[in-house]
Amino acid sequence: MSKDAAEIDGKGYWRAVLRLTLSLLAIWFMVSFGAGILFRDVLDQVSIGGAPLGFWFAQNGSIYVFVGLIFYYCVAMRRLERKFGVKG
Amino acid sequence: MSQEMWTYIFVAATFATYIGIAIWARAASTDDFYVAGHDVHPMVNGMATAADWMSAASFLSMAGLIAFMGYGGSVYLMGWTGGYVLLALLLAPFLREFGKFTVPDFVGDRYYSTTARMIAVICALFVSFTYIAGQMKGVGVAFSGFLGVEFNTGIYVGMGIVFVYAVLGGMKGITYTQVAQYCVLIFAYTVPAIFISLIITGNPVPQIGFISDVRGEDVSMLAKLNQVVTDLGFKEYTSTDKSMFDMFAITGALMFGTAGLPHVIIRFFTVSSASAARVSAGWALVFIALLYTTAPAVAGFARLNFIDTVNESTYVESLDNYDTEAAAIVAAGGKPTPKWFKDWEKTGLLAVEDKNGDGRVQYRAGADNEVTKLDRDIFVLANPSIANLPGWVIGLVVAGGLAAALSTAAGLLMVISSSISHDLCRRTLFKGMDDKTELLVARLAAAGAVIAAGFMGIYSAQLAFVAQVVAFAFGLAAASLFPVIFLGIFWKRMNREGAIASMLTGLVPTFVYIWHFKIGAGKAADAADWFLGVSPEGIGFVFMFVSLAVGIAVSLVTKAPPQDIQDLVEDIRVPGTRRAHGIADSGMAPVADQA
Repeated sequence: MSKDAAEIDGKGYWRAVLRLTLSLLAIWFMVSFGAGILFRDVLDQVSIGGAPLGFWFAQNGSIYVFVGLIFYYCVAMRRLERKFGVKG
Repeated sequence: MSQEMWTYIFVAATFATYIGIAIWARAASTDDFYVAGHDVHPMVNGMATAADWMSAASFLSMAGLIAFMGYGGSVYLMGWTGGYVLLALLLAPFLREFGKFTVPDFVGDRYYSTTARMIAVICALFVSFTYIAGQMKGVGVAFSGFLGVEFNTGIYVGMGIVFVYAVLGGMKGITYTQVAQYCVLIFAYTVPAIFISLIITGNPVPQIGFISDVRGEDVSMLAKLNQVVTDLGFKEYTSTDKSMFDMFAITGALMFGTAGLPHVIIRFFTVSSASAARVSAGWALVFIALLYTTAPAVAGFARLNFIDTVNESTYVESLDNYDTEAAAIVAAGGKPTPKWFKDWEKTGLLAVEDKNGDGRVQYRAGADNEVTKLDRDIFVLANPSIANLPGWVIGLVVAGGLAAALSTAAGLLMVISSSISHDLCRRTLFKGMDDKTELLVARLAAAGAVIAAGFMGIYSAQLAFVAQVVAFAFGLAAASLFPVIFLGIFWKRMNREGAIASMLTGLVPTFVYIWHFKIGAGKAADAADWFLGVSPEGIGFVFMFVSLAVGIAVSLVTKAPPQDIQDLVEDIRVPGTRRAHGIADSGMAPVADQA
């Protein structure tokens, strides 16, 4: 399946990787620094179970999202590698 | 069977397992020794990474810290997990594609400079020695606290075990031992947590118990905890006295520091490809999250339970006649101080003083507090007794704590040994060294490092920096290592001059700031004296941005890196296109497995 190095659109692939990385890092920032610290007081007005939402994001929620982010990244990167013929 | 007997059995059985694995997984070449032959399964590597990562501090101290810091403890939870997102997205796959052995290797080759390599070696060695001395100290504490063995003897035993599997097996031995150590430590952590969650909330899953109502009451666990602690004069559990900016900075320093720690990064050299490195980072975080999402629940339960059972309890004088005395107190309608409290009093980690002479224990904020000493480390260790679990569970928890300390120590040992044998000897001082000699030097370096680490553990009370692992290791990794690695991958124009300037501007001010406020003249200073109000734990985050800016500025005003290096950077961005490049790969046997 893999093409020769010369045929691969390395630049296009790298642009796509950067786009993906930036959007995932935006989520990473929002669930930790955002939900857990900066906007915590606003989110705390809502509860998840018996915990204020901002507090929960800081102690539990952000970690679940982190795990999801990395596995989504793996899947999306595999898709990009197939699309550009890169051998992962 | 007595609890001490159980502890001996668990500790002996787990140690025998580690040694057995070490003999089975001996290293035959430098490839085996440094990177476990590059062919570890991503999930296995993820599990090993999790054990490598979770130290004695994560296992024993973190839940207790959070129990007292409440919301403020969130910095550890987010910081020590969020770093893996950075690692997976920004560093690990590219460093794997680069295909070398160590972190200084990347810095030295990418920046075509021996000076840059040496600065990276210094960072890696300082961070790793600080960290490993803390682990050895943890081993000593576990032995002396539970097995009635001398603190120093405990460290000698720990040194002996790590010596066998690290020196014999190198990264290969360490990797498979760490898998076993992860299983021991996660089992030991979650079993008591499940029972405590059941007792307090009626839900067996601690993560759900954390957000549930207290069993039989119409109030959530956290709301009740807030109520109880504020009644006693403490601040609300879900609040903190840290400023928002300081919370932000500490979380950042821990995240970027995690991503820049050499002993974490080298774990991703052991898998077969860039995509395996990504998947492996995902698995590592799954295994870490199992403990890290349980910890805040354990913290909340422990605090609530401690207040519930200890506060206003009638003090039982004697431990030997505990049962009869306690029964008499119950018969008189009182609440006796729990038995585990008496057990821990014996160790000196807990102390009470009946200030008002009423025979009861008052636990509260301020001068009336009668619990005069309460060590945060006891919560995880006391959990099994608090939950009335049988004696063997305590033995299991001790074995878990030792597994956490030894697995982290072994990973750090690899960084120290490879920095010396590979970066210092093979790549800098004796360039003609062959593979066999290098392997021998690596083993000797590992052996020397075990001994040095053991003595640092023994003299940890005299070495002030050992207690500052968090501030030093994470601050320095964030401010000096993360920026050069990140820019080395994402910015082709980054050159040698920029890299050296960036590492030094990260390293020196961070080191001085932490030293000043944690050990030196500013030790007694309070938050008002901190630069921008940032604590020593968070300062690495601030200097990381300075280091990035300096690196970019210096690179722009000096000569662009050689074409060869720029091509190399393009290669590592696109998996499968890595070719050998003259400058970076000269004198190495680098990319044979990349074909």
